[in-house]
Amino acid sequence: MSVLAHESDEELPAWSLPAASGESIRLPATWPERVTREWAFGGSTGAGVRVCVLDSGVELDHPHVGIVQRSVAVTRDGDAISVADDDAGDLCGHGTACAGIIRSLAPDCELTSVRVLGEGYTGSAAVMLGGLKWAIEEGFQVVNMSLSTTKKQYAEQLHDLADTAYFKRTMLVASAHNMPVESFPWRFASVVSVGSHEETDPFAYYDNPSPPGEFCARGLAVDVAWLGGGTVNCTGNSFATPHVAGICALVLSKHPELTPFQLKSVLHLTANNVGGDR
Amino acid sequence: MSDLNAAVAAGVVGAEDAYRSLLSATVEVARAIFRAKASSVLLLDEETDELVFEAVAGAGAGELIGRRFPSSTGVAGWVLVTRQPLVLDDVAADTRFSQGTAESTGYVPKGLMAVPLLVEERVLGVLEVLDRPSDTRFTLAEMDLLGLFANQAAVALDLLQRARRARAALEGEGELGALARIAATLEGADEERRAAGLELLAALERLL
Repeated sequence: MSVLAHESDEELPAWSLPAASGESIRLPATWPERVTREWAFGGSTGAGVRVCVLDSGVELDHPHVGIVQRSVAVTRDGDAISVADDDAGDLCGHGTACAGIIRSLAPDCELTSVRVLGEGYTGSAAVMLGGLKWAIEEGFQVVNMSLSTTKKQYAEQLHDLADTAYFKRTMLVASAHNMPVESFPWRFASVVSVGSHEETDPFAYYDNPSPPGEFCARGLAVDVAWLGGGTVNCTGNSFATPHVAGICALVLSKHPELTPFQLKSVLHLTANNVGGDR
Repeated sequence: MSDLNAAVAAGVVGAEDAYRSLLSATVEVARAIFRAKASSVLLLDEETDELVFEAVAGAGAGELIGRRFPSSTGVAGWVLVTRQPLVLDDVAADTRFSQGTAESTGYVPKGLMAVPLLVEERVLGVLEVLDRPSDTRFTLAEMDLLGLFANQAAVALDLLQRARRARAALEGEGELGALARIAATLEGADEERRAAGLELLAALERLL
């Protein structure tokens, strides 16, 4: 493995860059002098971006969600985790809500539902991990995770998965916990973590200068899609998260070359409190 | 040894009732703080993977205690599994949602707040607050208050569970039941047998 491996197909011994080879890995520098929302996602509909909703499932044919490209469920048999196509829909309503929010911001993105709810509480962390692993292997550009685990035994695996996603260009967007407990994966630097603000503008987002909760988006009294084709008025960080996931889809649709590092930088530069909304 | 046994017994005898009262007070206060119609604490039964009504204040208080449902469906299940609190308002009278919600609330509410009960890395259950006054706008400060309050409820629930485990141990149901029985036997034994027993225990302790 080396920095040049993908260019030359040669296996080099370490993370080294031979003399005078900088030119061979020149990267396109297409950033404007000032990154604005117009540059970042003006005119974008999210077309071509594959977004995964890791949640309770998504109701099929919900008018606020539209087409769901694929629905799978993660199941557990002892220690064995498997992922298979699923037609159970949504076991709670929450996954449908997240999918609806993402759809409202990025109307043309592709949505896939990964259901990690329904296998009982006991194996839920392993099921969540299995779902996340599958989503990263499938190469989704954005994964919405309005969930977390407090089990420390899974923290290291989750950390590895989050880093793998980061380097494979899968942006994990995770809900920050608004209770005084330690939970994962939202604390990891390789994900975008999201808490709530009280404004009503779905495009208002703030870069939090006091992380680990990195961004704040709309999470108070949001009208969201729910079971039975209806809507419910909801509050929680888990609804702020899909707002940022939707914005990520918009940016990646217009700038598919962006890495998670660059995408996070774009979110920073276009945040309301950085002047990005002007 | 008799001190130990007395301490264990004192911790257990009547503890269930005391902690149950604490939980009842907790849901009553939750209901009062949020001026809600009802509030309940649901305990996770890890053996059966179900949520069980442990304490209820307000609507449904009479008949809900002890009722069970699967641990990972519906709003309470989502909150339990994801560890994330959730607040729903203006719930439409949709049949499927109403049925699912009624299972975890006892009746069909217009609004529902649910928050996980967390002690360190364990999730013990879910606190629900049903039907806040519809004329007041929910704020994120209330969400934080709900989280803080849930911490207190979680501690009460943790104490109740510890008391139950201790009682199970004393009654010989748990895997350390033998220890409790030995403690009880030593307590009742004459001086000589007791001294011999304690000597044996000391030897066992050194061995372990």
